[in-house]
Formats: sequence, C-alpha cells, structure tokens
Amino acid sequence: MFAASLVALLTLVPIAVVLSSLLTPEREIWAHLLAFQLPQLVANTVWLMLGVGLGVAILGVSLAWLTAVCEFPGRRVFAWALLLPLAIPAYVTAFVAIGLLDFTGPLQTLAREWWGPIKFPSIRSRGGVIAVMTLALYPYVYLIARNAFLTQGKRALEVAQSLGLSPSAGFFRVALPMARPWIVGGVLLALMETLADFGTVAVFNYDTFTTAIYKAWFSLFSLQAASQLASLLIVLVLVVLLVEQQTRSRMRYSQVGKSSAQRRIQLRGARAWLAAGFCLLVLALGFIVPILQLLLWAKQVGTADLDSRYLGFFWHSFTLAALAALLVTSAALLLSYSARQRPGLTTRLMARIATLGYALPGTVLAVGIFIPVAWLDNRLMTAGWTQTPLLQGTLVVMLLAYLVRFLAVGHNPIDSQMQRITRNVDEAARSLGVHGAGLIARVHLPMLRGGLFTAAALVFMDVMKEMPITLMTRPFGWDTLAIRVFEMTSEGEWERAALPALALVLVGLAPVILVTRQTETH
Amino acid sequence: MASLLELKHVSQSYTAHEVLHDLSFTLEKGEIGCLLGPSGCGKTTVLRAIAGFEPITGGEIVLNGARVSAPGFILPAEQRRIGMVFQDYALFPHLNVAANVGFGLRSLSRAERTRRVDELLHTVGLAGSGRAYPHELSGGQQQRVALARALAPRPSLLLMDEPFSNLDVALRERLSLEVRDILKQQGATAIIVTHDQHEAFALADVIGVMHAGEIQQWDSAYNLYHQPVNRFVADFVGQGVLLHGTVLNANQVEIELGILNGVIPPGCGATGCAECNKGCSIDVLLRPDDIIHDDTSPMLARVEHKAFRGADILYTLRLPGGGRVLSLVPSHHNHAIGEKIGIRLAVDHVVTFPLLTSEPAAR
Repeated sequence: MFAASLVALLTLVPIAVVLSSLLTPEREIWAHLLAFQLPQLVANTVWLMLGVGLGVAILGVSLAWLTAVCEFPGRRVFAWALLLPLAIPAYVTAFVAIGLLDFTGPLQTLAREWWGPIKFPSIRSRGGVIAVMTLALYPYVYLIARNAFLTQGKRALEVAQSLGLSPSAGFFRVALPMARPWIVGGVLLALMETLADFGTVAVFNYDTFTTAIYKAWFSLFSLQAASQLASLLIVLVLVVLLVEQQTRSRMRYSQVGKSSAQRRIQLRGARAWLAAGFCLLVLALGFIVPILQLLLWAKQVGTADLDSRYLGFFWHSFTLAALAALLVTSAALLLSYSARQRPGLTTRLMARIATLGYALPGTVLAVGIFIPVAWLDNRLMTAGWTQTPLLQGTLVVMLLAYLVRFLAVGHNPIDSQMQRITRNVDEAARSLGVHGAGLIARVHLPMLRGGLFTAAALVFMDVMKEMPITLMTRPFGWDTLAIRVFEMTSEGEWERAALPALALVLVGLAPVILVTRQTETH
Repeated sequence: MASLLELKHVSQSYTAHEVLHDLSFTLEKGEIGCLLGPSGCGKTTVLRAIAGFEPITGGEIVLNGARVSAPGFILPAEQRRIGMVFQDYALFPHLNVAANVGFGLRSLSRAERTRRVDELLHTVGLAGSGRAYPHELSGGQQQRVALARALAPRPSLLLMDEPFSNLDVALRERLSLEVRDILKQQGATAIIVTHDQHEAFALADVIGVMHAGEIQQWDSAYNLYHQPVNRFVADFVGQGVLLHGTVLNANQVEIELGILNGVIPPGCGATGCAECNKGCSIDVLLRPDDIIHDDTSPMLARVEHKAFRGADILYTLRLPGGGRVLSLVPSHHNHAIGEKIGIRLAVDHVVTFPLLTSEPAAR
C-alpha cells in the first residue's frame, strides 16, 4: 500500500509542478510567448493533430479491414509485416525521408539530371511532417482495429449480408460502427504519441510545444518559459487522455456469434492486385525504403565513423535501458502486488494514477521532475548538508523520469499475469503447508516470470529509443545512440546518423516480433 | 475415542448477514461426509472454515481433539494438515504433474518424494504422465492430479469443493465412484461439497443437507430419501409428491389411494402434530417407487406425462379425485398419454408433514 502510494505520488508530482506554473503566470514570459511563439505553436500543433489523426485513421482502418476480412495475394504476410514500421522510431523515418527527398537528396538530383529543373513540393513542410508521422504511427490503429474486426466484425457482416446488404454497405453500416470505440482508441493513442513527439518535429524544424520547451530551456536558458509551455501542453494531453479513458470504458466485446470459421471476402482480379499494391506501398514507404536507405548510408560511411566513441554510446544506451528496466519492473511488481494484497478502490486508483505517465510527453516530464529536484537540492544546500547539488545532473533524475513515463509499459504485462494467480492457487499452496516467503518464491514468482520478462524487455527497448528525456536530463557526457542520432540529424549529417539509427531499429524489432507472434496465434 | 472432526454450534456472519447458523456435526476417522445443498446455502463457507481460510463468529471447530477455530481464534490453514481439492483445481501452471503432486512433500527426501508421487499417480491412473503440464491434460485428468496433490502429504482430512462440477455428466458419475475407491483405499477422511445428489449418493457415507446456512438433516443417503425430516429435505432429495391425508389413529393415515400403516408422529413435525389425532389433515410424501403399476389393480389413474429413461419410465398420473402422483415403471410397460392404468400402493416408510397454512389444497 505504501509502495503503491509512493509510485502514484511520483507521477502526480511532475503533473502538479507543471500545472502549478499555469496558476503562477509570469507576465513578461507570457507577453513574449503570445507575441512571438504561441500562435505559430498552436497552429502547428492543431494541424499536426488533425493531419496525423485523419491519416492514421484512414491508413490503419483500411489496412486492418483488408487483412482481417478480405483475401488477396500476400494477405498473410502483410497481416504481420504491416506492423513492422513500429520498429522504426518516427525520428528515424523523418531524417530518412528528408535525406531522400530534399532538394539535395538523390531523388531530386536524379530528376533534375533527367528532366532539367523541376519544382517539387518541399518535404520540409507541414505535409511532410504529417506524412512521416502517419507512416510511423498508423500501426497503433491498424493493430487495434484489426483485432476488433477479427473478433467481432465478420460474423456480424454475414448477418448483414443475409439481410441483403452488400459487403461494402455492410462495412459502413455494421463493421465500422461496431469497431468505432477501438478505432477511436487507436487514433487517440497515436495522437498522444504525436503530442509527445520531439525527435520528428525537431528533424523537420517544425516547431511544436515539445521543441519550444526544449529551446526555451536549453537555448534561452529559461526554465520558467519552459514550464509555462509545458503547462499548456499538459492540459492538451490531459484532454486527450480523458477522452481516451472514456472510449476505453466503452470497449466491450459484444461479439456476434462465434468468430471462428468464417469465409473471407475473396477479392479478384484488379481489386485483388490493388489491395496488394496498396499494402505493399505502405509497407515500402514505412519500412522497406527507410531500412534500405539506412543500410546504404551506413555502408557509405562504413567503419570510418565507428570509433571508440561508439562503444560509449552503446554502453550508455545499454546501461540506462537496463537500469530503467530493472527499476520499472520492480516498481510495477510492487504496484501490482499491493493491489492484489489489498484489493479495493484505493489501490485501483493508485495503480490508475501511477500508470498515467505513459501519456506525459518526455519534455514535460523532464521539466516537471527537474524543478522539484532542483528545489530539493537548494534546500539541502541552504541547510548546509552539502556544498554542491546532490541530485541535479545525476542519473537519478533521468531514471525517475523514465520510471514515470514507462511504468504503464511494465505494469500491463505483469498485472495481466497477476490475475492468473487466483485466491484458490494461494489456498492450495497453504493447504499443502507452503506460505509466506515460500509461497512467493515457489508459486508467485515462477508464475509471474513471463510477465516480468516481457515488462523488462519492453521497457528496455522503449528507453533505448527515448529521446527528449535523455536529451534534457542526461548527466554530462552520457551520450546515447538516440542522442547521437539527434546530434547528427541537427547538423544534417544523415549518413552519420544511419549507424546508430540502425542499431535502434534492430533493438526495436524485438517487441514488434513479439506482438506479431501474438497476432499470428489469434 | 474422539471423533476426527467436530463442529459445535458453528455460526458465521458478515456484517448483519448470517451465513452459517448453529451448525453441528461430527465425522469419524475414515468416513466420507458430504454437504449437499443448493448454491448459496453456505456449504462452501463451511468447507473454507474447516480448512482455516474463513474465521467463524460462533461455536468451535475441533480437529483431532484440538480446537482449531473459535471466535477470535484461527489456526493457520498451513498448520492444519488438511488437504483441499478446489472447484477449478488450482493446479500450479508452472509446474508439471509430478512437481504439482510433490509440492507439499518438502520434508521428504528426494527418493521418498519420488516414490510417493509415483505411487499416487499410479493410484489415480496417471502413471507415466508426471512430465506433462496441467494445460496439456483433460479436465478429468486435471481433477485426478488435484486429488493426488491433496492426498500426497497424507492429510488427516481431505476437503473437496464441488470437485466434479467442471466435468461432463458421464465422466462425473464414473469419476465419483472412482474417487470413493481411491479415498477408501488411502484410508482418507473426507468432506465433499456438492449440489448434485447423485454425486453425494455415490461418494458419501453420510450426508448433510444444507439450506440457508443450516444443516437440515445429517444422515445416510437411504434415510434422507426415505425418512426426510422436513419438507425441504423431502423436496431437495429425490422426487416425490405430497398428497393430503387424514389421520385415523397413531399408526394409520388415509389418503385417496387407501390406508397407510406406519408410525405417524415422527415426520409430523414438532409443533404441528401435537393435537393431531383422529380426523386431522396432514400431507403424506409419496415417492415414485411407492406407487406400483399393476394391471390387475382396480385402482385406475390417467397418464398425464411420461419420461422415458431407458430401463424404466417415470409416469405422472392423475388420480380420479384430482390428486397427482409419480410412478416409476419398468419400461416395457409402455402406455400412451391419456390411457388409464392400474396402480397400487407399496409404501414402506410413511412420511408425513403438517399442512402449510399458505399452501393450496391440492398440488
């Protein structure tokens, strides 16, 4: 119970700190923000959310429908392959797109050689950011909508057909309305990622709240301005979160009949090839082309760039990810365990609060954790306990931020396995004379092993890819692979960013394979 | 010698709601007892109280001569040496069958443990399945593993909570006979909780019929059927109908079908029959085997329903006076609905209840 409260408190503090700066507005900063930054930031953010929201909904739902309900050449492969773009961090897709399509990029150069000077629309534009983020984030909608279609769509569609509806009419009048809560949930998840995104918009120089927070802090050295901006962003995030939790409560399986043994809609001729072509196009743009381009760049740069510093990048990435995985898994285990020992409204609420962090953008968290830590350090110094700041610029700040951000990632797999340890399992062990520590060691931990491993692995991979928290709170010299990507891309050295990016993709593939395997067995 | 298990006036109540009320029974060593009752009657709570998972708020539970539960006192379950088989089996999914069965045998040496596990797997008919994992087994096999696991540490008492409810009907009957053999062979003392009377009849030496947190009757299956102490037991155990009758004297009661001879008062109830002598109205219980089909009998009844059961047919018959009775007849006596057939009475045990004031005249 105490542990659960502590973890919940850890999430609440940064939210409260950031929100409180909304209550103490600094007049000068606001005047400056309103005059120079806010209109642009708000417009950029709103357009981005509209564009990405619409984009992921269309791509995700159409692909999910095709692979879940229809039959066409390559359908089986596409069903899992279309999840692969999840493995590439959006900021990697972003710099590959710019490197390829920019004025100096190979495609435009080639086109000019062949056809002379032509005017292309610039990739460094609002449309460019939206396109890249849509390609990176559509799998959220795809995965969730596909599950919805698989579990409840097809039999309902047969009913619709038996009542005289054509398949397309059945899609719009039955399947789509039934799957709507899931689709909305997926889109909202993608929107939360969009709001939290830092790396992609940074690559595009497309200013949103996250980049503005970073610049306010690290270019203007104004932590106040950063926290004022963060407070606005967090309000936006909380609104999206509220809507998401609302839709989640509406996601109930209202299965129409048994979902097994239905016939897929057989697409024939041109329509079949159109479907396959569409899937292939999305897969190519979202995964194949970026990977090939990264490999090509890595080959160009070759081993020239691979010096001893890389050992440091790898080591830092690995250490941070491993420490965070350990920390998050332990905290998630504690949280889940205390909820089990004392079931009730309070503990459920604690768990709910503690896992809110997945919605908080890294930039907001960095600010929200740094401010109280700095305050604590000052207190300690004025009290004469230490001469120099004790916590600022240490791994502690970073790990705390990771803990808040990724607790939900670790909590879900552990908690779902915890549900399997029923009261009867405990009582069976007790009636056989096993209790207390023996019960934990011989029954609970072995039964939770799979969940603990999944939790640790997922957190490990998420921390490897994480950019803003690492960038804003890392101790001096703690450069990781993600930081290397950020630095190389801010200088436009795409080729030199390829190698660390490839390493991140490789790590990111593991959870995607885990997910695809689950979809396969479905 | 003292009984193995003794429940003395046990009661349990959650805030304001009494789950168990003044419950008493004893079980001798080697006996198989059964708590039979509809769902929600509190029978599982009794079991969990005996196991030490639930506290009691009144009375006491004595096991092997030692008090294990009383208000404010509860000997922890792990110290009671009571084995338990759960409704959902609660097998440990991360352990194979042998490790599940050997789970409670930590104090034995490795060789002894292996021997005991092998012996039990052999007993329950799963020799050679030790390496399998629970999810690879069928429901019936999981049930046997759960039984073997509970028996392994040689518990002084074995508790089984609806042990067969997750199995299909055919398997249920076969397994309940098998389990009785296994328990008897191991010399185990056991209590089984069930809502299925056939299971109770097949397994138990002594059965307690429970209703609303109380034991209505603690008796053998034969007595529960032939000498039920109240309407609930008569209704819950077996089939039957109640017919109105008129008391002629202490040993005779007259119903539409004739005069029954037997001792009237016992079933007549504590309060209702005190002044019930000659001429007073009572209800008489008639089981389907109390009515015999006899073509030569002058007494005729019209067939209203028939349920074919293989070896015999259960007829629902309408008497000329409007009363309705059940009759179990060998199935080669195949009569059509509406036909009139001859019947006669063959009542060995006369069971009577006082009239219910709210009850309609004839059922």
